[in-house]
Amino acid sequence: MELDPLLLSRIQFGFVVSFHAIFPVFTIGLASYIAVLEGLFFKTGNPIWSKLSRFWTQVFAVVFGMGVVTGIVMAFQFGTNWSNFAQSSANFLGPVLSYEVVTAFFLEATFLGVLLFGRDKVPKGVHLFAAIMVAVGTFISSFWILSANSWMQTPAGVEFRDGAVFVTSWMEALFNPSFPYRFAHTVMASFLTGGFVVAGVSAWYLLRKREVEANKKALSMCLWMLLFLAPAQVWVGDLHGLNTLEHQPVKVSAMEGLWETDTNVPLLLFAIPDQANQTNHLEIGIPNLASFILTHDWAGEVPGMNEVAVEEQPPVGIVFWAFRIMVSIGLLMVAFAIAGLFLRRGGRFAEAPWFLKGLTYMSITPFIAVVAGWFVTEVGRYPWLVWGQMTLAEGLTPSLTGGMALFTLIGYVLVYALVFAAGVYYLMRLFQVGMEDSHTSDHIDEPQSAKRPWSGADVTLEAGGR
Amino acid sequence: MELIDLAMIWALIIGFGIVMYVLMDGFDLGQGILFPFAPDEDARDVMMNSVAPVWDGNETWLILGGAGLLAAFPLVYSVFLPALYIGVFLMLTGLIFRGIAFEFRFKARTSKYLWNWAFAGGSIVASFAQGVVVGNYIQGFNVENGVFVGGAFDWLTPFTVFTGIGLLAGYALLGSTWLIMKSEGYIQDWAYKITLPLLAAVLAVFGIISIWTPFVNPDVWDRWFSNIQIIWVLPAMTAFFAWVLFRSVQKRQDGMPFVATMGIFVFTFLGLVASKWPYVVPPDYTIYDASSAWESQLFLLLGLLFVIPVVLGYTAWTYWVFRGKVKAGVGYH
Repeated sequence: MELDPLLLSRIQFGFVVSFHAIFPVFTIGLASYIAVLEGLFFKTGNPIWSKLSRFWTQVFAVVFGMGVVTGIVMAFQFGTNWSNFAQSSANFLGPVLSYEVVTAFFLEATFLGVLLFGRDKVPKGVHLFAAIMVAVGTFISSFWILSANSWMQTPAGVEFRDGAVFVTSWMEALFNPSFPYRFAHTVMASFLTGGFVVAGVSAWYLLRKREVEANKKALSMCLWMLLFLAPAQVWVGDLHGLNTLEHQPVKVSAMEGLWETDTNVPLLLFAIPDQANQTNHLEIGIPNLASFILTHDWAGEVPGMNEVAVEEQPPVGIVFWAFRIMVSIGLLMVAFAIAGLFLRRGGRFAEAPWFLKGLTYMSITPFIAVVAGWFVTEVGRYPWLVWGQMTLAEGLTPSLTGGMALFTLIGYVLVYALVFAAGVYYLMRLFQVGMEDSHTSDHIDEPQSAKRPWSGADVTLEAGGR
Repeated sequence: MELIDLAMIWALIIGFGIVMYVLMDGFDLGQGILFPFAPDEDARDVMMNSVAPVWDGNETWLILGGAGLLAAFPLVYSVFLPALYIGVFLMLTGLIFRGIAFEFRFKARTSKYLWNWAFAGGSIVASFAQGVVVGNYIQGFNVENGVFVGGAFDWLTPFTVFTGIGLLAGYALLGSTWLIMKSEGYIQDWAYKITLPLLAAVLAVFGIISIWTPFVNPDVWDRWFSNIQIIWVLPAMTAFFAWVLFRSVQKRQDGMPFVATMGIFVFTFLGLVASKWPYVVPPDYTIYDASSAWESQLFLLLGLLFVIPVVLGYTAWTYWVFRGKVKAGVGYH
């Protein structure tokens, strides 16, 4: 069999970007949480906030580290495997990605150093400022990268001349039609991820009666946030879907598993899409619901896959099922958030074992939902690299052979498997050690300055902050 | 060409970014290169602690290099990366291993030695691969109509292997002089001890590369022996800084060895640029051929004029926060 560099490059990009995405989506939410904890500590002086902040900062450091090293790979993938795309879209993507580096990456990287190692070297207010800067950096970064991605989905503000992109309006290109929805949806996903992880870990500790006071506070904070955020995310996701229907209707057809344009379209709960025969098997659905959701009319007409040529259809099975996985998890999140509200009375949210156990399991679901969501939108873009303008095949590096692409694909899979295994192992150990004895495996409260001797208890350290 | 020569301005900015990257990530990659030879585990702790708060920011200059080339000189980006496909992969995996080693080594107990190897191996592979990139730049690329048309292993020649070793030695020297500045006691003694042999190695390798280059690329010979004699100032400055380094190590000065090594790097880099200017994708494409659209270069430039000084400001500030000697046995545990 001939090795296809195009397919292998798609798999490789899908792999490295999915793997990378799970780290920032967590750190964006967590960075804000840490900034809030640092702020509360700064304001009230209550050592519980500092304890929580120290603990979560250690977790942050491990996850951020993995995000950084896998992110560096992303900065070079465009050139190594998609050099024609890089060359022809450079006039827009180049400045956008460069702005991301100078306005976000430097900010995050530099102030993270201060956040992790500077607790004893800078005044308390400056340490808080560093925490805020890291959080701000993560938002700025999301802004640029999601603008770039959205532009590939819904290109605007440019003209295509001689196979290259020329920007006619930076505002239109940056704030292209799908950007506001994708940005809102993704940032909220980050907060949900951070929220469910912190909630899950706090619940795990509460089940074991460890550091009850701090973990109860943390869980309570998370549940309030999730109560508003989880339902809001469903609403924003719906708006995002309507935007996709307007600009990339065939992607919505794939999400709904709809082969022929039709009215009174049911919402399929289950189906096995069969691309070869352009049909579904074993359909189970709720009558008219898809029509209603997408057109706000029970009988509304929804476009089907037949609107485009067969070779311009995305792989329906992947998009269809990834979408269902994402939505199911989203609804599950809403259920847990609302259950949390009902358990408020008498503080049962921090005691009911079924709820705490459930939350512990919920902590991995946001990652699955986020990756599934990206699969919907990215696989749903097939066969386009830049929607309607450039196909994936046109963007590929001409000199790339199947063997080269396979070599690096296997390489990245092996390396990332190792990185991931080590990362999960050390995170689990961090969770096991917990926040009780915060200087057994901790670097943040070790004084590196010789000016003040190590005083043993972290409380004194805080009280003596310069 | 429009009113302002943006391509020239961008060449200066990218050149500045490369120098920043090489100097800053150079000294922390250097810690990794020297890691296997460190006197003991405490010394390794100090070496790692001396760069732990700043390595991430240092490496960001590499990402800026990648993104900046895509923005200003997309031809460079879309030729270098396919041409160096396997080499880039090796560099990235090297950077991955050394990057995670920072976090994991300090959390490990029994598996600590594994992360020592990850840090050392990753740093060595990444440094070597970067040196290979330099060699390829000198050697030139097989390009037709703006597209790389060479083979998967064109990047690996005896010459590029040698430039790879050259940069390894160079980064090790940056690493040892950084360590002189940041350590004390027996660790500093060790750093002093290895610096002069490393300097000798660097000068030998740079010398051989200088003699070898005209054979790889005859245009470079013409450049140096035509009538632009002013460029001989550059190797003279390199030699001067090498002498400063030699003297400062003999006098056991603290900060001067590192400053002198930076001087060696800066003037070697300028010498390299002088050899090839204005070609960025040798042998055929100049900075003007490789440029992106004028309005794209302008759009990014306007932002950078404000942002880069701020970045430099807070970068300098963190170095100031973490100034001074790193104590043995303190820091991470």
